Amino acid sequence: MAQDLLRTPLYEVHKREGGKIVEFAGWEMPVEYAGIKQEHIAVRQKIGLFDLSHMGEIEVIGPDAIGFVNGLVTNDVMRIRESQCMYTCMCRENGGIIDDLIVYRFPDREDGQQYLWMVVNASNCAKDFAWIKAHETEQARVSDLSMQTALLAVQGPDSQKFLQPLTDADLEVLSYYHLTRGQVAGIPAVISRTGYTGEDGFELYVAWQEAEKLWQALREAEGGIEPIGLGARDTLRLEAGYSLYGHEITEETSPVNSTLNWVVSLNTADFIGKAALQAEKEQGIREAIVGLVMQSRAIPRQGYEVEDNEGNVVGHITSGTFSPSLSRGVALARIAKSHSSVGTELKVVVRSRREPALVQKPPFVRGSVRNSR
Amino acid sequence: MIPNDLKYTNDHEWVRVNGDIAEVGITHFAQEQLGDIVFVEVPAVGTAVAAKDRLGVVESVKTVSDVFAPVSGEVVEINPLLVEDNDDFQPEIVNSDPFGEGWMVRLRMSKPEELSGLLSAEDYKIVTEEA
Repeated sequence: MAQDLLRTPLYEVHKREGGKIVEFAGWEMPVEYAGIKQEHIAVRQKIGLFDLSHMGEIEVIGPDAIGFVNGLVTNDVMRIRESQCMYTCMCRENGGIIDDLIVYRFPDREDGQQYLWMVVNASNCAKDFAWIKAHETEQARVSDLSMQTALLAVQGPDSQKFLQPLTDADLEVLSYYHLTRGQVAGIPAVISRTGYTGEDGFELYVAWQEAEKLWQALREAEGGIEPIGLGARDTLRLEAGYSLYGHEITEETSPVNSTLNWVVSLNTADFIGKAALQAEKEQGIREAIVGLVMQSRAIPRQGYEVEDNEGNVVGHITSGTFSPSLSRGVALARIAKSHSSVGTELKVVVRSRREPALVQKPPFVRGSVRNSR
Repeated sequence: MIPNDLKYTNDHEWVRVNGDIAEVGITHFAQEQLGDIVFVEVPAVGTAVAAKDRLGVVESVKTVSDVFAPVSGEVVEINPLLVEDNDDFQPEIVNSDPFGEGWMVRLRMSKPEELSGLLSAEDYKIVTEEA
């Protein structure tokens, strides 16, 4: 493996835990431990522990940090209150998606400064930071906290029951897409009720050097929790119908043509890319990201073509996998609007065979996540 | 985990020779690298294959991997547990018993002399250590 790959503070722990290490977005990360199916089912039925320390955390602080972030992202950050999170996209002027991310709005500081985080994909972190930094003003100063901030996620229907005894934060009152500060196993943490699995769960941000201590404390805690690799993270998010950058969304796509209109707020403050998205919407959208459920045992994979019953190509698979919960192939696909309505019969081209699939509205599996976002 | 009585390829297939019949599967190392196997595609009985032709496909949750014919011949039997139309389709058998119940196809060899070009267990062990 190349020497210049990055490692999270838990790299040695993953090896000790039996993790199979692969390259992901410039990082050496565990793709699986006991096996993707087993890990996936553990999170759906009970609980699992993820190391997501490769993800990026970009801090914005200043008297108008909220206005600054609002000018960079497509959703309306003015709509969230203190201690609330918001999923959004960040676009170029032409509407192409630079990244999708979660904005964390912390309580305003005692000195009156506003304080936010933008939690971004590992694969885009350097690009995102350069973009955000280039727009920095006196009103909002930007720093990259990524290499000093570890992120562990506890996901699954038992998450609250498991985590509550370890923390002084009252998890019962912590709503979906909200954050708080607290101690977890004696370690200062930012705790948010967020995740990427479709299950209830928490994301715990701690100092880089505290990550191993937190991991061990969680692994030894009452009730038991097994480590989950990036393989199951992908099957879980796909069953939940969540987009993944580089698959459903890229610089060549916009939130408007990627079925992410719900994160685009066109009737509020100006943001980079707004005019392009407005124009695109007015011209009419010709494609959509849809869910496909295979009607045979074939497994759809990224890049496979999708045809209508007459053999015309109407789109392609953006993410596809075997669904451990459903024991069949499921996919997200970019499909011509004309063929995107629920129940449409399509064919996925799998090694020159035409395999039947039905358009379905994701999620494919409805998990324990507390609210729809 | 590398039986001595089998022949191997650099692509992690194994061959068990029985007269002019070559039984073919993927190795323990291969199934471990792939992870949970969830789909297998095998050729129809009667298919003629040349050595190094694609013989089938093994899919894990995450990836798709081709299986190549170690030797030339005609497919005379396929493992019924790996035929997707069968009710007892059981691709995970390749994970649990790769050198036994998880065999993929049986070929009637047309060029048995090709066997001498395959790897011994000892040589294959080196391949897995370098991988």
